[in-house]
This record gives sequence, C-alpha cells and structure tokens, in this order.
Amino acid sequence: MSEEDFVTLENVAVTYGRKAETSVTALDETNLRIGRGDFIALVGPSGCGKSTILKLVGGLIPASRGYVYVAGRELGAEPVRIGIAFQNPTMLPWLKIRDNVMLPLKIVPPFRAEYRAKKDSEFKDRADALLAQVGLRGFGDKYPWQLSGGMLQRASLCRALVHDPQLLLLDEPFGALDQFTREELWAIMQELWIARKPTVILVTHDLREAGYLANRIAVMRARPGRIIDDSVVPFPRPRSMDMIYDPSFVTLTQRLRELIVEVRGDNVPQTRATVEAAA
Amino acid sequence: MMNSEFGRKLASAAFIIGLFVVWEALCLLFHVSDVILPRPSQIFVTLWDKFPALWPHTLQTLYTTMVGFVGGVVIGIMIGIIIGWSKLAYDVAYPLLVGFSSIPKVAVVPIFVLYFGSGTVPAVLTALIMSIFPVVVNVATGLATTEPELEDVMKALKATKFDILWNVGLPRAMPYFFASLKVAITLAFVGSVISETVASNRGIGNMMMIASASFDVPLVYAGLFILAVLGVALYAIFSLVEGRVTGWAHRKTEFAMGA
Repeated sequence: MSEEDFVTLENVAVTYGRKAETSVTALDETNLRIGRGDFIALVGPSGCGKSTILKLVGGLIPASRGYVYVAGRELGAEPVRIGIAFQNPTMLPWLKIRDNVMLPLKIVPPFRAEYRAKKDSEFKDRADALLAQVGLRGFGDKYPWQLSGGMLQRASLCRALVHDPQLLLLDEPFGALDQFTREELWAIMQELWIARKPTVILVTHDLREAGYLANRIAVMRARPGRIIDDSVVPFPRPRSMDMIYDPSFVTLTQRLRELIVEVRGDNVPQTRATVEAAA
Repeated sequence: MMNSEFGRKLASAAFIIGLFVVWEALCLLFHVSDVILPRPSQIFVTLWDKFPALWPHTLQTLYTTMVGFVGGVVIGIMIGIIIGWSKLAYDVAYPLLVGFSSIPKVAVVPIFVLYFGSGTVPAVLTALIMSIFPVVVNVATGLATTEPELEDVMKALKATKFDILWNVGLPRAMPYFFASLKVAITLAFVGSVISETVASNRGIGNMMMIASASFDVPLVYAGLFILAVLGVALYAIFSLVEGRVTGWAHRKTEFAMGA
C-alpha cells in the first residue's frame, strides 16, 4: 500500500514462558508492513497481541522467531527515534510538566548532546509550543499532580512527540478518558499527525477511534494472536467528528465489530440490537 | 489552618510536660526511692550539676554516631543501588543481607573490639552496620518500584541503564531514601551506645554503665534523657530535610509554589 515500508514484521512470533507446556503464544507467525508516514490502528479482543506488536516494534521485547525491521534495518541496528504513550500518562512526579515533556530531549541523540545548553532556550520553547498545541498553554510550570487525567494525557502526547519521532507508538492513550476529552484529543492527534507525518501504530479498543484516526485498521484475534483482517479507511482528511455518523463509516465499524465479536470465541450473547447500538 | 497547627503543637507539648508532672507526683505520693525511679526534677538537677562532666561524653557519642551513620548511609546507598540495579546482585546479596541484619548487633561488638581495640572505632563501626540495612532496603525498593510503563518509555527512547537510573530510578528512590535516614539515625545511636556500654571508656553508654554500677540512678536517667534529646533532634533535622527535598512525594502546597 505504500511505496516504502517503514516497519516490516516478517514471520514474527512471540512466546512467553520457557517451558513448552506452560508457554503462551502471544503472537503467531505475523506478517505486517507499514509504510512510512502511515497511520495504522490495531484492534481486537484482549490478549490478541496488539500491545505485543507495539512492544516488538518499539524494541521493548525480542521476537521469539522471525524478524522485525524498522526503517529498512533489523531492529536495534539503526537508531530510529521512537515516541511512545500509554493509557497511563506516567509523568515523573518530581518534574514540572515542561521538564517531563523535555525528557526525550535529554535522552535521545542528537538532542542529548545539546540538552544542557538549550534546555532553557530552544528546547523550552519547543516544549511550550507543543503544550500550547494540545491546549496546555501555561501549564508547563505545574507539577503532574496539579493536572487532571485528560491534561496529563495531553502532556504525555507532547512527551511522545517532542523529539520529532519517525515512529509513534500509542497504546490506548485515550482509553481512560471521558468521551468528550477523548474526542477532543482525537482531533488534536489528527492535527499533529497531519503536521508531522510520523509513522503511527495505535493500539485501541475503540473502533470509532481507530476509524477516525487511522489510514488502515488491522483486526486481530487471540490465542494465538494473529492478524485476520487489514482494511483501508478511505475517508479524506482532515476528518471531522460528523464523519463518525456517516453511513459508510458506520458500515465499516460495524463490519469490524462483527469480526471481533466472531473471534472472541467466548460465546458472549450478542444481539443484533447491541451490535447496532455500539456501532 | 495556622491556628489548628499551633493548637496541635501546644497539645503535644502539654502532654509531654503533663507526663513529667504525673511522674513527679506519683514518685512523691508513693515515696519512690531515687535508686528505683528518680523524679524528673532530680534528673534535671543532675543534668545541670554534672553538665561539665556529661558534655564530653555527649560529644563522643554524637561523634561516633554521626561518623558511623554517614559511613553507613554511603555504603547503604551503594549496596542499595547495586541491588536495585542488577537482578543478579539482588538474588545473591539480598538473602545475605537479611541474614546479616538479623544478627543482634551487640554480638558483633566483641569482634570489633578484638580487631580494633575498645573505644571509638568499634562504636563507629557498630553505628555503621546498624544504619546500613534500612538504607539498603529503602533505596533498593525505591529503584525496584519504577513503573514498568515508565521503563518502557525510557527504553523506547533507547535510554541506557544509567540514563534510567539517573533520571527515573534515583529521583523516585529519594522519598524512600530520606525516610530510611530517619530510621538509620536512631539505629546508629543504638549502635554506638551499645558499643560504648560494652567496650569504651568514653561516651554516654559508658557513663551510664559506670553510673549504674555506683547506683547513681538519676545520672543513668540523665544519660537516657540526653540520648532521647539527641535522637529527637536528629530525627527532626532529617524530617525537615526530607520535606524540603522530596516535597513532590507529599504534595505540599508550599512545594508547588516553588519553595
């Protein structure tokens, strides 16, 4: 789907546990290609290996079998700038929000070498500009506990983006937020992506979120974790919240929902009405 | 706000003074001999009268305690970081450390005396080994309780193990560390006094031994009183430092305003 693959998973499997009888296959023989600057969402029931793919690509866990390539090279060979955000904002409580946001600049080359010299000038402005973009203007000097959950999640997004990552990994970053904050952050996320075009992998439970944000949605099943469907979201950008109520969008999410309900496999009774209501 | 805090302090002070008054009254009422339990007034008179003789002992105990405490804290931080840093070191050293800490420290004093003679050195060393353990445990705990997600954030940034330790592990361990200092300083006192009672010719512990041998019970209590005051004072100092340095962990409003 893209002229240049940025992330490639080749026959990748991940097994947790050493003993054969107790080991769990989190991810089974998976192939996935993600183009440079693409936005892909991974959806599926719990335990389907969505987060495992994210961690593989982020270099946080090794593959038991197969190869993971990022930017055309095997993972670890080439330093790729990666930004990551989780459901839990994980701010460092002893640092002001601005310093939390600047944390990657302190760690990641080439910024690392200049951190001392620029942390009160260029880098500070950079963090403040990003905070302003997500609606946190003037909150740089606050401490994390002075902010609400939604505000912390915004700051967490800033931290994931401040070092201009080529690859952005999002593990349910909006999962713990209320509906309105979530929708607002979707719009902000879309703006940031359009402006910077990093390659994004978004793990989510929310099909509307996946449909609104992503170019591609991969549906996964559990035990063993596997990609069973990979569809393109054909809606033009920038997308608006109204799009969510567009009949073709509803058809898309409904189809994905049925796929997931089908593979959940634990026989939860699903009436036609609840499927429609949720879609 | 200010009023209620002042009120609490007043109540606390009144309670302590009240305790001494009741003690005094009961001793007078039941004609308790000062060989069994001296009255507070007798203890204070003794403190006042014998102050010139008590002062060098006090300094000696304070000196051995502080040297031992500082040494113990430095060694404790190092061991704590190693244990918190490396899984292998944790597996190897932790059982050893627990075993070591469960030895009654008074039992090692004769060994120190054997090696270093009596006096200052065994007192310092006993204070030192007493104060190591709480520091080690707390520093290691602080390092080990880093949220896995935060570690993932750091790893995704290709942070080195040292980066994680320096930027996340150590700051996060600070509240634990300062909490351990309060415990360690009181234990250091226990250590040096134990050593002084067994093998020294100076220090509060030694003075109390001599006083009790000559049935000068008010002087024994005077020694206890000095130890209590020193202990409280150092505890208070470290509490203050703790509040200053790790205010973020206690979410104080003053800290938030940039104090």
